Formats: sequence, structure tokens, C-alpha cells
Amino acid sequence: MTGTYLGMPAFPKAAADAVHNPTLRGNLRHATHTIRAKRAKAVGELSDWAELREAGRRIKDHTLRHLDRYLLQLEESVTAAGGTVHWAADADEANRIVARLVKETGESEVVKVKSMATQEIGLNEALEAEGIRAYETDLAELIVQLCKDRPSHILVPAIHRNRGEIRDIFRAEMGEWGRPTPEDLTDAPAELAEAARLHLREKFLRAKVGISGANFMVAETGTLVVVESEGNGRMCLTLPETLISVVGIEKVVPAWRDLEVFLQTLPRSSTAERMNPYTSMWTGTTDEDGPRTFHLVLLDNGRTDTLADRVGRQALRCIRCSACLNVCPVYERAGGHAYGSVYPGPIGAILSPQLRGTASEIDASLPYASSLCGACYEVCPVAIDIPEVLVHLRERVVEGGPAVREGNRVVLRPAKGHAAERAAMRAARWAFSHPGALRAGQRLASRTRRLHPRTLPGPGRAWSGTRDLPAVPPEPFRDWWQRTRGGKDGAR
Amino acid sequence: MRVALFLTCVNDTLYPDTGRAVVKLLTRLGVDVDFPMGQSCCGQAHYNTGYRHEAEPLARQFSDVFRDYEAIVTPSGSCGAMVRELYPRLGERARAEGRGDALARTLAPVVPKTYELTEFLVDVLGVTDVGAYYPHRVTYHPTCHGLRGLGLGDRPHRLLRAVKGLELVELPGAEECCGFGGTFALKNAEVSAAMGADKVRNAESTGAEVLCAADNSCLMHLGGTMSRLRTDLRPVHIAEILASTEEEPAV
Repeated sequence: MTGTYLGMPAFPKAAADAVHNPTLRGNLRHATHTIRAKRAKAVGELSDWAELREAGRRIKDHTLRHLDRYLLQLEESVTAAGGTVHWAADADEANRIVARLVKETGESEVVKVKSMATQEIGLNEALEAEGIRAYETDLAELIVQLCKDRPSHILVPAIHRNRGEIRDIFRAEMGEWGRPTPEDLTDAPAELAEAARLHLREKFLRAKVGISGANFMVAETGTLVVVESEGNGRMCLTLPETLISVVGIEKVVPAWRDLEVFLQTLPRSSTAERMNPYTSMWTGTTDEDGPRTFHLVLLDNGRTDTLADRVGRQALRCIRCSACLNVCPVYERAGGHAYGSVYPGPIGAILSPQLRGTASEIDASLPYASSLCGACYEVCPVAIDIPEVLVHLRERVVEGGPAVREGNRVVLRPAKGHAAERAAMRAARWAFSHPGALRAGQRLASRTRRLHPRTLPGPGRAWSGTRDLPAVPPEPFRDWWQRTRGGKDGAR
Repeated sequence: MRVALFLTCVNDTLYPDTGRAVVKLLTRLGVDVDFPMGQSCCGQAHYNTGYRHEAEPLARQFSDVFRDYEAIVTPSGSCGAMVRELYPRLGERARAEGRGDALARTLAPVVPKTYELTEFLVDVLGVTDVGAYYPHRVTYHPTCHGLRGLGLGDRPHRLLRAVKGLELVELPGAEECCGFGGTFALKNAEVSAAMGADKVRNAESTGAEVLCAADNSCLMHLGGTMSRLRTDLRPVHIAEILASTEEEPAV
């Protein structure tokens, strides 16, 4: 994955900044609670949701198990339909391929459909370095791009911004990128949307090259699918002469029929809609209709390594609906930027440390960015057991162990900074394995209870900074039990 | 019926009153309760923090101590979920690592007969009215591992609604995590505290005197937050409410 986000502070520090920002917390709370309630209603309408979820899980698991076969079939179908397939092992290779393809058209501008894959590889920055300007056309991506911010949500990248902030960004920045806003722009949603529409229309009509990702790729037909709400995607997919799609290898499904499941579960889980307003599908090239040239860049970038992990591979089922972000109490308070990746929230906490490895401080902290409450697993439309993977990755962080990195089997060493914790865990385990020692400790705590401080030293300070400690009782339960034989003696 | 009380290490050390309440309640309902002295910790904190290999001997010890009882009852949704949901995974992982079936075979007997207290009352004893009296306004927080791990559903509510004198009021955002999460409260203290404060404010908005839950760990975090926020709310474990009678009312 791109280095754009690395060098970030670990999650707890980044999250603490967001916790103390009341505007950000208010924006996030309002947005996530609204969509959370809508999603629950949209999902509740389907009597067969549990079956759809199970079907989605099975299709994805089956495809991942035979990924090599379906990718080769996809390449064959895309080629037969007049497209060209490129394979990219990592972000750098994908960026090099796309930059070369754009240069071959002689153009220096491209329009983009919202795409997580191109965010993941830092494509816009890579193109910029080659003298190519990429224009984001999704409304929220446009907002983020105009103010040189980073997306903070998979589906709603500008979720952390309110209308007033967006108006200010439009007024200050739009003129630098193309058509400026009207002088008297207010923060009314219709006015903001109209300003963006007029600004973007100029880009759509001028662009000769479009760049997209895809939500799905159908192996049997070579068809790519983008689902969206605004219609900007369809403009980017149909108007330019050249279309370049950068797609993660896990997005393939075997057959057209499989789309039936995901086209129900994805919109309901993400935007809480029965069906998304625009579903665009394209298969290679067709004379006099749509782009004359079509390139598909298949992106690995850590996915094959992830696939090699028995527990962690289920993260590759993800269809990027973002339902897990919207129900996550940690995301709601920490905000998307704290996760240090284009994939924030619970799915980001398991995907990023697998795609990038757990060597950096931020990646080693992500598996702990959860209280393991399980709300993410409950809403996931492809049943990714996110808490299970989080615990598995915690184990990798503190104990190391076997993993696959860049296709090679390696034995990872424990991440730094866990020595004291490991010692404490061992000591606790020893005490718990020796009830006599445990009991002595309990008695000591009880006898000295009046001496206990109300605040804790060391790592415990984090607790007592915001919460009071419970008082230690005069007698642990087991002493009472033994003294009174469980109250049978009538003693109290 | 010979039933073992698995109190949990947190309750044993910090909340003995909850243990006494469970004993009083079950004895009143005609259950012969034993407290095996060899018990300590289920290993959940170790497992969830990433120290699975430290959790394994504790799981083996749990099995040794409790395997001969007809049922194992625990007043903790999260420790109950550790045994029922995660012990089987310990066995599976050992097998996947080529260590054979020994661990899975050791743990298998205790898994299906471990019950969280409200489950045991409703499903095994078949009672919802336990003859309790508790004249207070109460709101119930369904802790995550009880709610989503064990699927306790409305069992606690049914038990509370049958308590004489008790007024049960609905908690806004009840299904949201309180922010405790074991070592999460230490590792991500700021986010954890913010979640706890929101939970306490939601509970306060109901006008309840008591915030009740089936897990003292969550209540420890919330109680510490209440005390710091100087609210009039009190954290009380559901066992203490269900054990309370007109003759011996709990405060």
C-alpha cells in the first residue's frame, strides 16, 4: 500500500485528537446515527436477509479459494471483448502502468470515478508527479480533493465536514481547479450540489481519459460493474475515449448470476437504498458506444499475502459497503483519519495491517482499535467476523508467528513495545494457575484496601484519569465462602 | 441439581456481593450451589489481548475444575461468552497448528453446560418470576458479549419486569458498547472514556436511579465514570436485584 499514510502516530494518539474535537464528533455522530437507522430499516424489509448474507459469504469464499482460476478466466473474457488486462503486484507497479497508459493517449488530464483501489495506491499523487492532473468527480471526493484533505469514510469521504465547511471550501478552492462558485453561494444543499454539478460538467465534457475502479468483475463475461448514487460515474465511464479501471483482484465473482446477491446487499448496507440509482456495467469495447480503448489493471498489493492467512483472509470478502463504520462506536468517536489508511473503521483495522503488514506503529496499533463489541460482525453483509480477525492480528502483533509477505513465508517477530505487557500477562496467568497465590494476593489487597491510591501509576493512569477505581472489598468472595460454607452456617 | 458457580476473577476479588447474591438467589430457587475453590480466571483478557497461548492453560484449568458438574453458572456475559464461543476456537486453532485434538477434547465437555445467570434462570430453571422485590427505577444495559456473543435477548428484561416494585425504563442506544472492552479501556483510554460518558448520559436521561447489567466489568467502567461525572446513578449487577426480597431488600 502507498506510503502516504505511514509515519502516522499510533491509533490511540490520533483518536484522542478527534475525541477532543467537538465539531468533528458532532458531524460524525449525526451522520453515522442517521445512516445506521436507515440501514436497519432497509435491511429489515427483506425477509431473506440472513440467506442473502450467507449466499454472499459463500460466493466470496468460493471465489477466493479458486481465485487463480477465476482471474485467468476474467483476463480471457476481457481480452476477448476487446479490452487489455495488466497485472500489478503492488502500488508502484499499478501507478506506473496507469501513468504510461495516460501518457500514451497524449493527454494530461483525467476524470475519475470514486475508487478505493486508486486511493489505496495513491494514484492521484503518482499521476501529479508525472504531470497528469486527476479530477475527482464524486461530490464527496471533490470536497476532499479541493481542500487537500484525506477521505475519512469509505462511502462518505467527507463525512467529517458539515455544510458550512463545504460552502467555505467550494468558495475558496473551486476557482483554482476550474469553474468557480457563484459569488452568493449559501450552504443550502441544492445550491452546493448545483455549484458542483456545473464545475464537474466542464470536466466531463472535456476529458478524453476516464479512470475508475469497480465494485465487481464477472469472470465469465469480462463485465465490470460500478454502483453509485450521483451519476458522475456513468459520465466518466461512457464519455471519454479511453477508460482505465484499476481493480483489486478480490473483486471478481464467477458468474453474472452472482451479482443478484450483491446488488441487493450492497446498496442496502451502504446507502440504505433498496437499489442504488446508477448501476453501470461495461464489457470490453463496442464500436460507436462508450470508450474506444479499455484497460483493466488488476491490483494485488498485499492481497495474495492476505489470502494466505487462514483466519485473516475473510477480510477479502469485503464489498466496501461501510456498514461496519457506521455502527462502530470507536469510529464514531475517533473519526476516519485516526486509522491512518484509506480503509478506516473496523474493516480498516483488519485490512490495513494485513495489506501493509504490522511493522509500522500505526499498523501495530490498529488491531487494538476496537472494544470487540461485535456490532461490525452483526451488520456485515458478507459475514466477516471482524472481532475474530482483530484478535488474530493482536496475536500476530504481540507474539509474532508465521505469515506470508510478498509471496514468501516468513516468521514475524513480535512488534516492539509489548515486553512489559507480555510479562504482566504471563504473571497474571501464573497467578491464575495457582489459586493459592491468587488468594494471597486478594487477601493482601483486602487488608491494605484503605491504603490504595485512587489513581494508578504507569499504563493504569489512562484508566484513572477519567474514571474512579472501585474500592477493594474487605473480604474476597472465596474467603466468605469458606468462612460461612456459602452462607449455610447462617453466618454473614 | 448440582450446579457450580463460576464467579470470575473480577467478581471474586472486587465484587463479592454479586457472588453472595447469586448464591442466595439460586439457593432460594432450590438449587444446590457449589463454589469449586480451584477456579480462577477463564483467560479472556489474555485471549482478547492476543496472548492466546497464555489463555490455553487457564482454559484447561477451567475444564479440570468444572467438568463434573451438571451445569456451570456465571454472573458474567463476557466470561460466559469466552467459554461458550471462544473455547471451541482455542481447540480449533490448536488443531490447525498441528497440535491435534487434545485441547478440543479437553474443553468440549464444559462448553455446552456453561450458562450466564439469566440464561440459566430462564432456560434451565424455567422461571422468570424469581420472587424478587426491588422498589427502584432501573434501566438495563445489555452488555456486548451478553447481547451479541451469547444472544441473551430479552431474558434479562423478562426477569426484571417480574420483579415486584421495580420500574424498568428503556435505555436509549442500549445496544451500543459502553467502551470497556477489557484492555481496550487502557489501550485506547480516551475513546473508551468518551464511550462510557455517552452511555452514562443516556442512562441519566431515563431518570433511572440504577443502571443494571449482567457484567461487573462493564459496570466497573461505568460506575467509575458515574462517580467522576458526579451523577446520582448507581451501577448494580442484575444478580443483586434478583436476589433482593421484601424480607432482605438490597439497597
